[in-house]
Amino acid sequence: MLNPSIERPKALEAPEDFRAFQDEMQAFAAEQVAPHAAWIDRTERIPESVVRALADGGLLASGLPEEFGGPAGSGDDPVGAVIRHGLMHEALGIASASVQGLVNVHHMAGSTIARWGTQAQRKHWLPRLAAGTTLAAFAITEPNVGSDAGAVETRAERSGDDYVVSGSKCWITCGQTADLFVLLAGSANGPLAFLLPKTTPGLVIEPISGMLGCRGYGLAKLHLNECRLSSDLLLGRAPFGLTHVAATGLDAGRYNLAWGCVGLAHACLEAAFDYSRKRRQFGSALAQFQLVQRMISRMMTDLHAARLMCWHAGLMRGRKDASAIKDTTMAKYFASQMVNRVAYDAVQLHGAHGCGPVFPLERYLRDARVMEIIEGSTQVLETTIAHYGYREHAP
Amino acid sequence: MSDEELTPRIAAFVSRSFQGRDIGPSDDIFALGFGNSLFAMQLVAFVEREFNIAIESDDLEMDNFRSVQAIARLVDRKLAPAGGR
Repeated sequence: MLNPSIERPKALEAPEDFRAFQDEMQAFAAEQVAPHAAWIDRTERIPESVVRALADGGLLASGLPEEFGGPAGSGDDPVGAVIRHGLMHEALGIASASVQGLVNVHHMAGSTIARWGTQAQRKHWLPRLAAGTTLAAFAITEPNVGSDAGAVETRAERSGDDYVVSGSKCWITCGQTADLFVLLAGSANGPLAFLLPKTTPGLVIEPISGMLGCRGYGLAKLHLNECRLSSDLLLGRAPFGLTHVAATGLDAGRYNLAWGCVGLAHACLEAAFDYSRKRRQFGSALAQFQLVQRMISRMMTDLHAARLMCWHAGLMRGRKDASAIKDTTMAKYFASQMVNRVAYDAVQLHGAHGCGPVFPLERYLRDARVMEIIEGSTQVLETTIAHYGYREHAP
Repeated sequence: MSDEELTPRIAAFVSRSFQGRDIGPSDDIFALGFGNSLFAMQLVAFVEREFNIAIESDDLEMDNFRSVQAIARLVDRKLAPAGGR
């Protein structure tokens, strides 16, 4: 029998409670982010003014504990706080997948520090992250290590009271701009997580450019050449650096990204509605053709399903339910595929305009492609979800 | 809360997580091959919600999570009033 852990998601019965916040976030993203989205894609960087607007608007503090600068009242309403955090990522996803990515990795690092940092680490770093005076990122992936994070080749060796860390990290989102990294390294005692300030001697940052999509991610390689890290930069303990510490950030990233996919798909659908009403062929608007209606129906239903999965994951996360990790994994798995189907159809519906530089559709499609690869590839998530199922399903 | 009260609740979660397998209170969960990151995260979430405690960085010791009995001892310590029992 399957685990009877699914409860009716009450938050879904009253989405109007969140509508004002959703409107506020989407208005913010439309005014402060969307006008820069094409420029970000073209130049492969996010303007400082956009980062400042995110910080001033409190978006970099979202998801962090109230006592360290997170949203007021979030401690008393954990479900609402998690849902609002998701709605913020949805709004950013509508405006720019690259900017959503910046806020995502910032929160992945921040939530990891909030969860597993010492009180001194929390007090030092979290207010800075919340204010946006410190930008944070997550450094797990390496040139030879992607999904198999347990096999990281970066090594941390004990040296007196310090650790000496050497190795390379690759494809690090916001690697070019982050001031602080949550870093995963192997050690004699198993995986260890560290806080790695950008100013650490021996750390060399090499920008990566020319990516297919999410070109404003500011990707970089990190080269760690005998970086000496004091033990107060250790985050959690060995051998829990991956299973608990890094996994916390990855879990947060999947939730954020699932909502970001919902936002991006929403942008595709809006564009499809507009274009299919205006574009006329054979004497009728495209919207009058039943094959176009079928595409719209599929896009709407796909998007609705993903949004419901995100809501449900948010509800479970807010309740700190043990099933939240599974629900979040499934939401990311579905939403990242959904946005590819929706973006593909949106481009198809726009015809040549969908492939050209005037409409944002080709950027949406390129950005969507990235979503199935980061924060757990579709194939890795398939093994993960099946593992959950078999584990819970008694023979 | 006594060990007699804690252990069955933890054992029920662990058993439910592993296809209803009967796992003894002192069985080494990790040696049995169940100690993957998915379960580890769910176990922490379960313990925190079920017993209304917070697992902190200092609690991250293998000996605190190795068996149902070890987890019960950890929960018992966390539930103990300041100054200990």
